[in-house]
Amino acid sequence: MTEAWDTAKPWISKSAGMIEGSLHPRVLDYTDSFIDEVIPNESELTAGVTIEPGKSYGFFTDTTLCIGCKACEVACKEWNQLPAEEQGMSGMSYDNTRGLSSSTWRHVTFVEKVDREHTDDMQPFQSNWLMMSDVCKHCANAPCLEACPTGALFRTEFDTVVVQQDICNGCGYCVPACPFGVVDLDMSDGKAHKCTLCYDRLKGGLEPACAKSCPTDSIQFGEWDDLYERAQERVEDLHERGATNAYLYGTPGAPGATGGLERLQAFFLLSDRPEVYGLPAAPTRPSRRVAPALGTGLATAASLALAAIFLFSGKRR
Amino acid sequence: MSQWDLVNSDVILVMGSNMAENHPIAFRFVVEAKQRGATIIHVDPRFTRTSALADIYAPIRSGTDIAFLGGIVRYLLENDLWFREYALPYTNLSTIIEDGFQAPEEFDGLFSGWDEEKHSYKMDSWQYEGMVVPTANADHSVEVSDPEKKHEMTKRPPRRDETLQDPNCVYQIMRRRFAAYTPEMVERVTGCPKESFVKIAEAMAKNSGRERTGAVCYALGWTHHTTGSQMIRAATIMQGLLGNMGRPGGGVLALRGHCSIQGSTDIPTLYEMLPTYLAQPKAAKHPTLETYLEEETVPTGWWTNLPKYMVSLLKAWYGEHATKENEFGYQWLPKIVGDHSQFPMTFAMTDGFMRGMFVIGQNTVVGGMNAKLVQKGLAGLDWLVVRDSHEVETATFWKKGTLISEGEMKPEDIATEIFLMPASLPGEKAGTFTNTQRLVQWHDKVVDGPGDSRSDLSFVFHLARRLKELYAESTEKRDEPIRKLTLDYPVIGPLEDPDSEAVLQEINGYTTADRKLVSGFKALKDDGSTACGGWAYSGLFPEEGKNLTRSRKADGPDGNGAHHGWAFAWPSNRRTLYNRASADPEGKPWSERKKMIWWDEAEGKWTGLDIPDYVEDKAPGYRPDWSKEQTGMDAISGSDPFIMMPDGRMALFTPAGLKDGPLPAHYEPVETPAKNAFYKAQSNPAAKRFHRKGNALHEVADKQYPYALTTYRLTEHHTAGAPTRGVPTTAELQPESFAEIPPELAEKLGVRTLDWVVLSTKRGEVETRAMVTERLRPLTIDGSTVYEIGMPWHFGWAGYATGDIANILTSIVADPNVSMHEAKALTCNLRKGRLRRHHEGVEA
Amino acid sequence: MTINRRTPGKRIASFVRDWSLPRQLAGEPSKSTAAKSTTSEKLQPRLKLADKVGTSICPYCAVGCAQLIYARNGKVIHVEGDPRSPVNGGRLCPKGAATMGLLNNPERLTTVKYRRPHATDWEEVPLDWAMERIARLTKQTRDETFVEKLADGTVVNHTLGIGVLGGATLDNEENYLMKKVFGGGLGVVAIENQARP
Repeated sequence: MTEAWDTAKPWISKSAGMIEGSLHPRVLDYTDSFIDEVIPNESELTAGVTIEPGKSYGFFTDTTLCIGCKACEVACKEWNQLPAEEQGMSGMSYDNTRGLSSSTWRHVTFVEKVDREHTDDMQPFQSNWLMMSDVCKHCANAPCLEACPTGALFRTEFDTVVVQQDICNGCGYCVPACPFGVVDLDMSDGKAHKCTLCYDRLKGGLEPACAKSCPTDSIQFGEWDDLYERAQERVEDLHERGATNAYLYGTPGAPGATGGLERLQAFFLLSDRPEVYGLPAAPTRPSRRVAPALGTGLATAASLALAAIFLFSGKRR
Repeated sequence: MSQWDLVNSDVILVMGSNMAENHPIAFRFVVEAKQRGATIIHVDPRFTRTSALADIYAPIRSGTDIAFLGGIVRYLLENDLWFREYALPYTNLSTIIEDGFQAPEEFDGLFSGWDEEKHSYKMDSWQYEGMVVPTANADHSVEVSDPEKKHEMTKRPPRRDETLQDPNCVYQIMRRRFAAYTPEMVERVTGCPKESFVKIAEAMAKNSGRERTGAVCYALGWTHHTTGSQMIRAATIMQGLLGNMGRPGGGVLALRGHCSIQGSTDIPTLYEMLPTYLAQPKAAKHPTLETYLEEETVPTGWWTNLPKYMVSLLKAWYGEHATKENEFGYQWLPKIVGDHSQFPMTFAMTDGFMRGMFVIGQNTVVGGMNAKLVQKGLAGLDWLVVRDSHEVETATFWKKGTLISEGEMKPEDIATEIFLMPASLPGEKAGTFTNTQRLVQWHDKVVDGPGDSRSDLSFVFHLARRLKELYAESTEKRDEPIRKLTLDYPVIGPLEDPDSEAVLQEINGYTTADRKLVSGFKALKDDGSTACGGWAYSGLFPEEGKNLTRSRKADGPDGNGAHHGWAFAWPSNRRTLYNRASADPEGKPWSERKKMIWWDEAEGKWTGLDIPDYVEDKAPGYRPDWSKEQTGMDAISGSDPFIMMPDGRMALFTPAGLKDGPLPAHYEPVETPAKNAFYKAQSNPAAKRFHRKGNALHEVADKQYPYALTTYRLTEHHTAGAPTRGVPTTAELQPESFAEIPPELAEKLGVRTLDWVVLSTKRGEVETRAMVTERLRPLTIDGSTVYEIGMPWHFGWAGYATGDIANILTSIVADPNVSMHEAKALTCNLRKGRLRRHHEGVEA
Repeated sequence: MTINRRTPGKRIASFVRDWSLPRQLAGEPSKSTAAKSTTSEKLQPRLKLADKVGTSICPYCAVGCAQLIYARNGKVIHVEGDPRSPVNGGRLCPKGAATMGLLNNPERLTTVKYRRPHATDWEEVPLDWAMERIARLTKQTRDETFVEKLADGTVVNHTLGIGVLGGATLDNEENYLMKKVFGGGLGVVAIENQARP
């Protein structure tokens, strides 16, 4: 039964038939309208992935499938209880949240480049109006983590990078360290915030909120190696279909994984230059401006952290 | 068709719809079809998020879709690209029409039968030769001199010419009808380059036949026109010719906008219908139950069963009081005397004719056409009850509305007594929604609504209970209906919520003697022994404890993918209507790749991957014995798939059911920058027009209102916007109203993105932000440049995401068939700047 | 938002507990397990706290996506896509993904607001009072506008004095009862919903 289950595209089974089966076999284990509890290992049903500590997870965001609906932005904010902002219309196409920030952890960029003369022969999947859901890259060699003097930023058992709010003292070293401008200090609590790749959800066997919500599976969650394999196949497939400009961003040896970053746990498939989407073409790790690991700077870090606990812990968070 | 069946399509034409934006989850099936190799086409005035994922995008001027689709029909017929093996036996292409029929090209842009005085058509010349083709549902009944001629259909089949040579056969009529719709004309009228048009026509043709199918997805972009019904007809004709109905990956999918808008059409809160497509009695036509049943019953095909459904409905409503002697309470039903739809209601309010109103989950001040007139209407009411979850514009027009901000009225001037009542939302009440593919899906009650929130079921139930008490002592005949009405639903809990499952059971139907639930509509009788609130839904609750709408057993990988165990699709849990057409006339699948149901000779019945939408044991070889009278399904041969039609065939030419012609013809929108290049008749002659103060219309190519305007929705907001504009996480995504303007026009007017602009029509003015974008382009129409502007209509003054109401601009005009307005195609003026009221500091 | 009211003593205790140095000295990697805080250790998705999980259908468009509503102590704690539905397979669009925001919106109405004729503001009234007042107004308007026969004797048995709008966002059962009560019971013919506009 599971052989017929294509983890790459959860709605498809490879079984023959007129209308092919579209759901995971385990859906048949839960056929009541009221269920007792959250479905165990729900990510198996939604992403074909069994989440286990010690494995390496990430996002593959395939922009050619993105319809710019922003379900990822909303699902993220609703899950993580992040505030919305009243900023008015930006004038930048349909983007009004403007970028990743301490309260926006998924952000959809819109780039209009309509070639009016040739819209009756467009390349397959997304073209002419580029839309990309950006997110923290969870770098393999994460500069933010290197820069963090307190150990607030750490690498989880899922190989993702998380700011622990109970540790963070708001020193802000991580902010300039990030080559993608992702990490941001929040004015309300002075601490650093960014995508956690839904650390709590992963612990509960749930697919991250953005990926689960994504209508067209432009955002795919899974084990990094699987995602990478899938992404390479996708690029090949797109090339065969005539979308020869498709390439990966953030995989080993590709743009975005430059300057010692090695690879991005959250990587992308793009069809135009990285800068068009607001991504750096060749990000680099900053030099070890702050190296607070065991040994150098340890004492400084400890005292900084202790001070911060008193400074900020009484504030709203 | 099921939404998920789109993955089986080889070509998908999205037209009159911005599917990726307004139905993102349905669009995932389009993306999946693309993965499997399908060609995706989007035809729209604006390049949208749907266009971005398409293979072919073609621009089109709003309201010219019939010119475009008529062009495809012509292309298929003239190049002989239609699916002959399907269309010849399954449609009425070969049927002979009355000799006197004339089409617009021969007749000043009108079809034959036009009555200038009555502003409507007499349909004698549209009929099949020698017989009248009836249709159920009075509002669409066939207007002919001798309606009795419908019984001719029980005596013989319509005359046909399978060689298609007879000049009066539908095929020849259609060839003449669409001869003028050449690619050159398509370009001249729609603005779509003819090369793009031909590519699309070819893509549709290429993906037709035994091995291939194509689907059409449409939405309000087709319905919001004075020619909307005919736009959809044009697409259906194309699909009939291509053999795309009743087959996997084939069909015409209407993408509807509200969670139960399909349900509220089936079980209608609509003036002209009773539950599941029975006509609301008309005073002039249906004085008695007998006349109603005689008028409404179609002698051949499935609708012959109508009396069973009508009598069962009356039994459900009036219970033991409905007896054979009193026409089962038929006289208690109110009779309609004209158009009582929302637009006449607006006028009835402004005239003081309508005095009280319930607005239950609708924000008509934002969503209603000519929104200022709507507010004037509400201000003229004695009382108004608004039930909603939020403080919507409809409830606050008297203090924050357009009349107030423009200084026409003060709150003190408005005498309306207003109640704004908190309503529970799904999750806070249990019941069913019917989705866009006819799936009736149950939603559980998980929590109570906040504070005094109640379900609307509870509201109506308790209001009815109080009214029954108030009328309890009355002996007046006029008060009988409320006194006799059944209302014996059990209540639950301290709030005495009526049990929605009990209501659903009444909709399903039961035997009146022992109140046993019926298994489906085949069990219904016309003698009063059964009660049923909605015959087409019957079977969704076939026995006690078996609520099929609550069934959560979707197919896993081993299922056939029709998901019969997930909810209930009316009728009879059939997932694809008219699926008899998925097999050839002999009952064999057209191909292995496109099989759905087929005739099992050994078992003597239809079988396959869906529940047959057919008489289960009617053999493909069955032919009616015309030596004697044939009625009902006996009159339908085993190779005729379209069982709801009186001749069992798809009506490419429609003798009955439409008020503005048996075939589509391109008419311009009522307000348009262009003259009709096809005919002398400029706009739909049968369109409903209301010559009323405050509802003035623009001239054709009006120099004061030179731009084409279309209104639309965004993925981030929901229709009249109240819920999403009030929720921060959605409000921030599209925080302000705006208008999309092509750069060429913006440059002419000196407008840049984020500038304030004013849009105006004779109905009113609105100010909004400019969004200058290449996604809109100037179109060359008949040699002149036409600029089209777009404006989302979600916004109002409530919530976090605000803006002027786009419907201030729109007018009240309507399609003659369904009273649908024309907010997708009108004209306007545009200037840089703001409205004075804001400078004066009046809060809007 | 929660307010952190820990005492200095507790803060120090927590710091000592979460300080990674001892774990690093014990050989754990400094940037991962050694750095893990107590909160991180104990973290779980709030869905696990639900005491009731029911299936709902998205209140927005007609696609009909199924949702799972997670509640605790009678309050919704989250709404997300139901992975079992063949329509959405767990997915939701931006509107559907904000369903919890809709249900828990502090802007929701909780009481009946009443506006007297010519008044310039709302007042709050009890639900029961409003129901009775509405019932009486309905009866009064119906009685004043009910027509049994037209001038030519045609029986109509209707009132054109009352209108009912709405239904496309409501349950089938609600639409059914509205048509039955207002139409079949009171003789209202002007019953309409968003299917047209």
